[in-house]
Order: sequence, then C-alpha cells, then structure tokens
Amino acid sequence: MVKPTRVTNSIRSLRFSAGELTQAELAQRVGVTRQTIIAIEQGKYSPSLEVAFQIAHALGMRLDEVFAYPADTHRTDTP
Amino acid sequence: MAFEEKWAWVGLIVSITAYAVYLAVVLSRAAGGSLPETPYVDVLLWTIGAAIVMAIVVSIVVGIFTSKEGHETDVRDKQISARAEHTSRGFLIAGALAALIFALLEWDYFWIANVLYLGFLLSAVLEGITKIALYRGGMPAW
Repeated sequence: MVKPTRVTNSIRSLRFSAGELTQAELAQRVGVTRQTIIAIEQGKYSPSLEVAFQIAHALGMRLDEVFAYPADTHRTDTP
Repeated sequence: MAFEEKWAWVGLIVSITAYAVYLAVVLSRAAGGSLPETPYVDVLLWTIGAAIVMAIVVSIVVGIFTSKEGHETDVRDKQISARAEHTSRGFLIAGALAALIFALLEWDYFWIANVLYLGFLLSAVLEGITKIALYRGGMPAW
C-alpha cells in the first residue's frame, strides 16, 4: 500500500538564505538531477538518508534543520 | 521533462501501436473464421521487431533534442524504474502462468503465443504508466 510522504523540508527557503543557490547548483553539489531537487522541494519525493545528509551539508545545515517529520502516531516510546 | 520520462512515453506509445497493428492484421486475416488457423507468426515477429526499431529511432531523435542536463540520471530515476517494474511484474507472471496452463491443456500454439504477447504488452503498458505517474505525481512512500 502506497501512502504520501510525510517528510517536509525547508530546502527552498534555505537555498535563498545560502546566497540564492539555484536548484541546478544544489543538484550539482549533491550529485543528483535538478528534477530530483524540484521533486524533493515539492514534497513529491523523499530522498534517501544519504542524499538528505548531502543536501544538509551542501546547505551548511544540520539534517533536522532541513528536514522534518511529524512525530505522532508512529512514536513507540513508552510512558 | 527527464529523458527517462520521455523514454517511458515512447515505450508506451510504441508498444500499444505495435500491438494494435498486430491485432488489426490478425483479425483481418481471420475475417471471422477460426483464430488458431490464422497465420500470425510473421505479423507477430514483424510488429515486435518494428516496435524495437521504432523505439530506438524515436529515442535517438528525442535524445538529440534533449539538453545534456536532461540525460543525467540519479537514484530517484533508479527507484522509479524499480517501482514501475515491481508494479508491472504481475502481468508478466500472469501471462506466463496462463501460457503454462494452455500448454498443459495442449491448446493450440496460437493461444500460447498470444497470451504471452498480451502479458508482455500489459506489463510494458503498466510499467510505462507507472513511471509516468511517478514522475508527474511524485513517489509515495511504501
């Protein structure tokens, strides 16, 4: 069963904070295609953990400053 | 549009066209008569061969008019391709199983060959549609 991704990201705003970095430039730094960066920004594709780390490094941020995941029903911590 | 998506469109259109031509020729040859007695081998081979050649030629033409950036592929393209293959594999297996059953029942070669061809077609069509849908609509989580 497929379900939409719940991973959100701030890549678009962080690109502008990082000196108006274009999608093509970020893609080149990370080693993916520009279409992949577009898909990630639009929430249409969840990158692998490795690519997510590479994006965070390329933007000079920590992973959790770039990507977020809602913590609710999937939490397993006991009371 | 990524080259992989264009390639999916080409594959989809070419396979459907080739099968439509095959069906039209075989049905016109049968002219309402018995299908197993209708000559089909030459048309089947010609349409498959023509589809392969057409797909190569069209992809070369499309490739010429695609920017260098558009030719690049990455992990997302591989994941989309794998997801599409996974989705369409069912038709391939169903076609093979049907052919096995037809063979065990000693049905005419016509039905065995045609159910395999239909399985290939449906698998290719579903794979193409899945790829296009994943490129356009995004890749959902499992």
